[in-house]
Amino acid sequence: MSSSDAPPKLYAAQEPIFPKKVKGTFRNLKWVIMFVTLGIYYITPWIRWDRGPSLPDQAVLVDLAGRRFFFFWIEIWPHEFYFVAGLLIMAGLGLFLFTSALGRVWCGYTCPQTVWTDLFYTVERWIEGDRNARLRLWKSKWDFRKWRLRITKWIVWLLIAVATGGAWVFYFADAPTLLWDLLTGQAAFVAYATVGVLTATTFLFGGFAREQICIYACPWPRIQAAMMDEHSLTVAYRDWRGEDRGKGKDREGLGDCIDCNACVNVCPMGIDIRDGQQMECITCALCIDACDEIMDKTGRERGLIDYLALTDEANERAGNPKVPVMRHILRPRTLIYTALWSLIGVGLVVALFIRSEIGLTVAPIRNPQYVILSDGSIRNTYDIRIRNMTQGDAVFRIGLTSDEILRVDLEGGQDLMVDVPADETLLQRVYVIARPDDPAATADRTELRFWVEEFGTNERAYQSQSFIGQGTQ
Amino acid sequence: MTDQENSNLQPDDPETTGHSWDGIQEFNNPLPRWWLWCLYASIVWAVLYTVAYPAWPMISGATPGLLGYSTRAEVAEEIDRYDALNADLRTQLTEVNLAEVTQEAMPDLYNFSIQSGGATFATWCSQCHGRGANGVQASGYPSLLDDDWLWGGTVDDIHLTIAHGIRNEEDPDARWSEMTAFEGILSDEEISQVVNYVLAVSDQEADTSLAAAGETVFLDNCAACHGDDAMGDRYLGAPNLTDRIWLYGGSPEAIEETVRHSRFGVMPPWSGRLSEAEVRATAIYVHSRGGGE
Ligand code: SF4
Ligand code: SF4
Repeated sequence: MSSSDAPPKLYAAQEPIFPKKVKGTFRNLKWVIMFVTLGIYYITPWIRWDRGPSLPDQAVLVDLAGRRFFFFWIEIWPHEFYFVAGLLIMAGLGLFLFTSALGRVWCGYTCPQTVWTDLFYTVERWIEGDRNARLRLWKSKWDFRKWRLRITKWIVWLLIAVATGGAWVFYFADAPTLLWDLLTGQAAFVAYATVGVLTATTFLFGGFAREQICIYACPWPRIQAAMMDEHSLTVAYRDWRGEDRGKGKDREGLGDCIDCNACVNVCPMGIDIRDGQQMECITCALCIDACDEIMDKTGRERGLIDYLALTDEANERAGNPKVPVMRHILRPRTLIYTALWSLIGVGLVVALFIRSEIGLTVAPIRNPQYVILSDGSIRNTYDIRIRNMTQGDAVFRIGLTSDEILRVDLEGGQDLMVDVPADETLLQRVYVIARPDDPAATADRTELRFWVEEFGTNERAYQSQSFIGQGTQ
Repeated sequence: MTDQENSNLQPDDPETTGHSWDGIQEFNNPLPRWWLWCLYASIVWAVLYTVAYPAWPMISGATPGLLGYSTRAEVAEEIDRYDALNADLRTQLTEVNLAEVTQEAMPDLYNFSIQSGGATFATWCSQCHGRGANGVQASGYPSLLDDDWLWGGTVDDIHLTIAHGIRNEEDPDARWSEMTAFEGILSDEEISQVVNYVLAVSDQEADTSLAAAGETVFLDNCAACHGDDAMGDRYLGAPNLTDRIWLYGGSPEAIEETVRHSRFGVMPPWSGRLSEAEVRATAIYVHSRGGGE
């Protein structure tokens, strides 16, 4: 039982964190990843891609109004959404793979929350100084200097936030046109609203909420924890080597940890990794960089804090040699994930190359199922949709294959040829008629197959359907 | 409750809340205070929202809200907007010669008519003729999809029918005809003869000797409207008796019922209730469903 008489506090104030600048391998890796990911994010919408007249010349474009997704030479139509589904499954499997091998690497290196928070910390450090200066500023009075520094920082944050929200909308419209419209106040309301919301969230989450998002708001830490096992690599402290920690020159009876708190001071999550694995840790490995620097200075072996698996602890405590990192990464579980991931990837690429440039969907009109004509013929109605996914206008011939004798008519009494302009869809109502003496007229159901053939090429598309006759009932 | 202390507590563990049940204790990991403020902010937001927008249910309707927001008003506004956009098409539709409105010749007007005529049909016509316009066979609601028309199947004929209706007394221009009920005029034997004759001319199973006798009965009594060849007369709305389509059923019983008591299908006029553009669009829509002539 708790011994204090005062009731425990239910709510806690946010503890400000002032991570110190750090140098090292993992910090460099984080810089590179930040550069590459932000670069891709900001630059992609500005890449041009010539698709000929009447089609957008933006390399990556989500055209919501035209219901198309353009990705360089690939154009995805709404009925090909399985490509997107496939990519999402690959993203999921990729996350399983990385998490089971390397723990929360997503959190530590590529999560937008981490990347933008890191960027905001960089700005903060640049304007207000490193840890000690920031701590002092935090405690100081709100004088002119403090206001000046704070306001400068907030303005730079805001600029980054606007650019972030701004970049997002360029994926949904022609970027140069939209930029001009945004600047001259002519863009659609939804564009401004999107920029506004993303600016606000970037500013608040990157500048103020920071680690609080990871700890309290984000569901990933819980989900990722479920994807890890005792072989997954996470950042950990070799306490069997470091303890008992202690300051001072006389190391008699002490471990390698000199209790300098360098690892604690650099942690953007504000935790002490020497307390063991914690759910707050995003495995950014900055504490590894910090400690390795200290180990170099004290002349000890690096790796007092290191990427370790749970199995390593028992193993190394028992005095066995270290298990190489690759042995943790390459194991059945990760290999199976890799295999599945590649399989779907190969499948999508194959699907991309064999997909037809013309598409056909036939929807039977079943209200009513059939119509009796005055001579006793039975007529069924179908709406057929022809997609011309080529980049030129095309003429299609509509046809029907069936063992029974049936006749096809198009609405409006045209012949069986239809024009479909480039990159468009045509909806055509089609009547199929069985004469009274056709077997199909009296049968319950007759299989038939619609096809369209592009005039001049041999491109064809099929779809099987059935014809409803008067049946037996 | 027990007095047993949890021996698994580690020195680094947070404080407990003091609750203990069966030796199980609860750590006190306080919620961040800003989270609490977010909750308060949401409550304030919720209250303001119900003041600003329609919310509280009252006896007749809900509180309107200070901002005067109304989804109905928004819909009305949208409808007005589209009405304004379509005004030209509607005027054009009332002036044009209906037969000229085709997909090839006037695609805009044609598509507008199919869409708006389809909506009008679904609202006003589908109750009798069915959502798919296939009517209710054998109950007197004709299918509009087939190639048989009592009063004509050109778009102008259809337009006239929709505008004035059939055999109604509200509209002097309604198409009108009335079949005689032959019970009491023809003997039972003559009725059975003429029924068999009708079965025979429509290629159905019939008693040949009765049918032969029925020809005379038919020519004397029925041919005036249905024609000597029983092919009907569109001017009178007299159905063709030789085809496979039966408005009230083609079984011997149904035909006998028709001969004895006659039929009198009524359709209301729509020109007073719908605008001329709506009537015309509906005519084009009906004409396009596969039966138009
Ligand atoms: S403990 Fe180390 S790895 Fe974990 S969040 Fe802090 S600095 Fe990053
Ligand atoms: S940085 Fe290394 S030596 Fe310094 S306190 Fe952390 S673990 Fe100990």
